[in-house]
Amino acid sequence: MSKSRPAPLDYLARWPLRLWIGLVALFLYAPLVTLIAFSFNESRRNIVWTGFTLDWYGAVVNDGDLLEAFGNSLTIAALSTVISVILGALIAVAMWRFRFPLKPAFEGALALPIVVPEICMGVAMLVFFSRVMPWPTDLPWPLDLGAIIIAHISFSFPFVAVIVRARLASFNRELEEAAKDLGASEWRAFIDVLVPHMRPALIAGGLLAFTLSLDDFVITFFTAGPDTVTFPVKVYSMVRFSVTPEVNAASTMLIVVTVLLTAIGLRLQGRDIAKLEGGQ
Amino acid sequence: MTEQPASKAHAAFATTFLAPAFWLIAFFLVPLGIIWAYSFGRTVGLTEIAIDGTFANYARIADPVYVEVFVKSIAYAALTTLLCLVVGFPVALAITFASDRAKIWLLLLIMLPFWTNLLVRTYALMAVLRTEGFVNDMLGWVGVGPLPLLHNNFAVVFGLVYVNLPFLVLPLYSALDRLDRSLLEASLDLGAGHLRTIFEIVVPLALPGILSGLLITFIPALGSYLTPDLLGGPDSQMIANVIERQFKRANDWPFGAALSFILMYLTFIAIAVQAVVTRRREALAR
Repeated sequence: MSKSRPAPLDYLARWPLRLWIGLVALFLYAPLVTLIAFSFNESRRNIVWTGFTLDWYGAVVNDGDLLEAFGNSLTIAALSTVISVILGALIAVAMWRFRFPLKPAFEGALALPIVVPEICMGVAMLVFFSRVMPWPTDLPWPLDLGAIIIAHISFSFPFVAVIVRARLASFNRELEEAAKDLGASEWRAFIDVLVPHMRPALIAGGLLAFTLSLDDFVITFFTAGPDTVTFPVKVYSMVRFSVTPEVNAASTMLIVVTVLLTAIGLRLQGRDIAKLEGGQ
Repeated sequence: MTEQPASKAHAAFATTFLAPAFWLIAFFLVPLGIIWAYSFGRTVGLTEIAIDGTFANYARIADPVYVEVFVKSIAYAALTTLLCLVVGFPVALAITFASDRAKIWLLLLIMLPFWTNLLVRTYALMAVLRTEGFVNDMLGWVGVGPLPLLHNNFAVVFGLVYVNLPFLVLPLYSALDRLDRSLLEASLDLGAGHLRTIFEIVVPLALPGILSGLLITFIPALGSYLTPDLLGGPDSQMIANVIERQFKRANDWPFGAALSFILMYLTFIAIAVQAVVTRRREALAR
């Protein structure tokens, strides 16, 4: 058998599949690469390449509105991630550990935020924050972002719960029993035994919650008041009518932030899992 | 030891359960409940809504204009899912049988655009597809066009496939990765070609995973707001755009609420169909 013949199931070694993956990669990346490239283009018209410049980044950094929106988005994402991870972990432990009346119904309700279309949740939040619990508009930053943060937590924490619960399935309960037999209180056993086991899931869940929050446009669009603008909402108002290099520059900055955060998260998570697997 | 009854450990149960349950009810179920109630109401005056149990809002959806929007949205979502399957299946197959190292890089290749903000991705498409965009430039070099690629129905489906492709590739990969490889090797050894092996062995065995991947793609595509809004033309409105109009410009909340709930029911029907098909298959396998 000659060396050039790939193993029967090594589909990646076959040229039609390589070509296909190349085309898919082109499809996925060409628009993003173009966007990034034209953020460095001198010409305002964004069509022909005329020369390299960083002017558009300068324009973004001097655009107070855009920076404020960027800061708002990061603040909302950070706060909603912290609360989502706590709520998600708590409910995951409760669902994993206890049997209670109407549990299947509650389980269904907890899955709802994951499956309900964004637009439905968006209009629900719009009505809720305008009729039932109007959010005061004159609060100091970051409290004026409260309505958006609440909405983001509502759609993020069920995702965290799913991830943490999957992790808990592999927990050896004898460890917790042993800790209690040796005199640990319920609380100490939770903090010292259960939480370290959940850690990779907490990091993965936090990462997901952060990305979901940073990515969300529709729900924020309906929840935000006229004075609380997030980055996607701001960019939306900019791109509706024109394609400008400032938007390219701002978008590139957001792409870099997301990619960096995800890379850091994956690295942390990878190290964590490696440590756990290696330690056992 | 299995689950312990909540009544035996009051304090621990209350600590873990109460806060998240309160959040879910107060900030998710109550808002949805209000929308549901509004869908049986009508607008009296500028901001007043009287909930009087009328079905008039649901009856209005039977108007051909709105039926057409629903049919169109379902058709676009189905077409998007199908195209994602055709484009994504070979990719998922290649990832499944790649070496560990190549696998990580390929997954990253698919995931990276997925982590990028949806609005940024849609904007990137706008820049590429518009008349002065570089797709039309390239077509110009070979003497074609410029073609109208943006602000029409083509752009909406193209954009939906672009945005949703990773949603399908990842579940497909995890379904294919669980297959017993010796079955595939046996099929190939016994003389079946690759295509026959894929259609007669891989697809039937991985069907539950494939179905749930299709569902994960179909649901967000059906409720899309941003893609038809930014890439579509005047005749490419999907359900979400009509709902938005009721709540923002038209200021007819009860009708918008009824539309939202029809969209939710459609989503639940899609989930139920998938569950029934999977269950029936499992019953047959036994």
